[in-house]
Amino acid sequence: MQSKGTYLFKGITHLSLIVWTVISIFPLVWMVSTSLKQRNEIFTNRSLIPNNAFNLENYKDAWFQGNFNVYTFNSVLYSVIVVVCVVLFASLASYAIARLDMAVKKVIFLGFMATLMIPIPGAFISIYLVVSNLGLANTRIGYILPLIAAALPVSIFILKTFFDEMSRELEEAAIIDGATSFQIYYRLMLPIARPALATIVILNTLSVWNEFMLALVLFSENRLMPIQMGLSVFVGQYTTQYELLMAASTIMVLPVVLVYIAMQKQFIQGITSGAIKG
Amino acid sequence: MDASSLPSTKGKSYGNRKKIIMRYFNLAYVLPALLLFILFSLLPIIRTVQYSFTNFNGVNSNYQFVGFKNYAAAITDTRWWEAVGNGVIFALLSLVFMNTIALLLSVAANSNIRGGKFYRVVFYIPPILSGIVVGYIWKWIYEPKGLLNGVLRDIGLDQFTHVWLGSIDTALYAVAVSSMWQGVGGSFILFLAGLQGIPKDLYEAASIDGASRSQQLRYITIPSLRKVYTLVNILTILGALGIFNHVYAMTMGGPGYATEVPALRIYREAFTNSNFGMANAFSLIFGIMLFILSLIQLKLSQKKD
Repeated sequence: MQSKGTYLFKGITHLSLIVWTVISIFPLVWMVSTSLKQRNEIFTNRSLIPNNAFNLENYKDAWFQGNFNVYTFNSVLYSVIVVVCVVLFASLASYAIARLDMAVKKVIFLGFMATLMIPIPGAFISIYLVVSNLGLANTRIGYILPLIAAALPVSIFILKTFFDEMSRELEEAAIIDGATSFQIYYRLMLPIARPALATIVILNTLSVWNEFMLALVLFSENRLMPIQMGLSVFVGQYTTQYELLMAASTIMVLPVVLVYIAMQKQFIQGITSGAIKG
Repeated sequence: MDASSLPSTKGKSYGNRKKIIMRYFNLAYVLPALLLFILFSLLPIIRTVQYSFTNFNGVNSNYQFVGFKNYAAAITDTRWWEAVGNGVIFALLSLVFMNTIALLLSVAANSNIRGGKFYRVVFYIPPILSGIVVGYIWKWIYEPKGLLNGVLRDIGLDQFTHVWLGSIDTALYAVAVSSMWQGVGGSFILFLAGLQGIPKDLYEAASIDGASRSQQLRYITIPSLRKVYTLVNILTILGALGIFNHVYAMTMGGPGYATEVPALRIYREAFTNSNFGMANAFSLIFGIMLFILSLIQLKLSQKKD
């Protein structure tokens, strides 16, 4: 039995969802639309369709003259190295914390978790100072190491939770067969932890890809900068080359959105577990 | 379980010694993580505290300890408190508008509606973008001759056109709209996860008793969401107070200091004014404020349970 009120409720429900869908997507559509327009039309042509459809000049200019080939290479490099190291270091650490008999285990785990609970928004200043004291300011490694360190606590938390919930039967069988603790980690725990590792890979790739603040304070040379900093090349104090800025933004956003749509389940899971943390 | 704890043909004391050695040997597993963590997470925190009592300028290592001078200056700095005030405005706007929109959308998407999964995917697109890109897209929309003013002119609402990011009256709210646009999806996903955890038979029982939709929302949904609500509120407050990228991309704190926020002030104090001592004092004061805020939120939510 459907009452009038139910229909009204359903109508409002549908309408609000559709309205927010449009609001969510429109700025991105506008970004892509601007990136396909020519400089002389971006302020005058307010339709989504460019006068000259499939004009990819802006992409060419952003990629070569705007050096986005360099920035994209840098960001891919930083993402891959950080994520590989985080997966390796976090899985080793959380395996030991969850499964092995280890000295000062609790202190170490609580230490990692404490930085999740105490936010220091200005920490980037002291990280800059530590990095430059080590002589690593304006180097790739000086950017990569703090990013790995920053990613470890959440990753260790996610993996430790996963290992805690695993049954010990397989491990016990392996121990009887004479496996060492490292063999158990490598042959048994890592393959089983694949879903949790996928979460960590997604969470950290996204955060390195989107990282801006640390790059801002650490890099002074364009050839080392990641994409988020590269965007500022098109922004002048008085004029901004919006058609190039939007083309470059599209280059950065497109892979993220495509991967997200392909793997949305792991994505949402990854980010919610990243948000929930402790 | 450890290999050495299994029955061994060797003597008991040997087994014990091996066990103790293993306890320390196993530290090798955490060593890489621990070293990086100490060097780039713990040491910077200690440095923050240390430098906040000095007049360090970031370069010259001949700095002096100045006691609580930076803290005294920070606490009486009106521009700092205005920046904090702007952060608070962002937080309040987000709590009221962003989270209400997110809550209503999550209720809508959870109501057995066709395409519920599609909406979930679409609403979460803005949160996966970087604040910098979002800032630039909205800066482009807000341009004096940009889309927003153009559309207003097209539909005959000339009197509502503004220099959105360039005028003191609108800049702060314009930036807030961009950050809330991005943030709705995050709160939405968490609310939705909370809603899916409410048992369905509660609603069935209520509708048999003749409770209307809005009554069900008020007496079942909202009370059951309290825990999620606290989490979302904490994340919203921390996110809004810590905002940096949107402001950096859109206004750089301007016009004047109308959109300056704490993180931007800390950044400028260090890298524009070369006053690292003061920047670290701000940073620590702000960190403690955020920590106390999230503790209060947690305590409040536990009290109600």
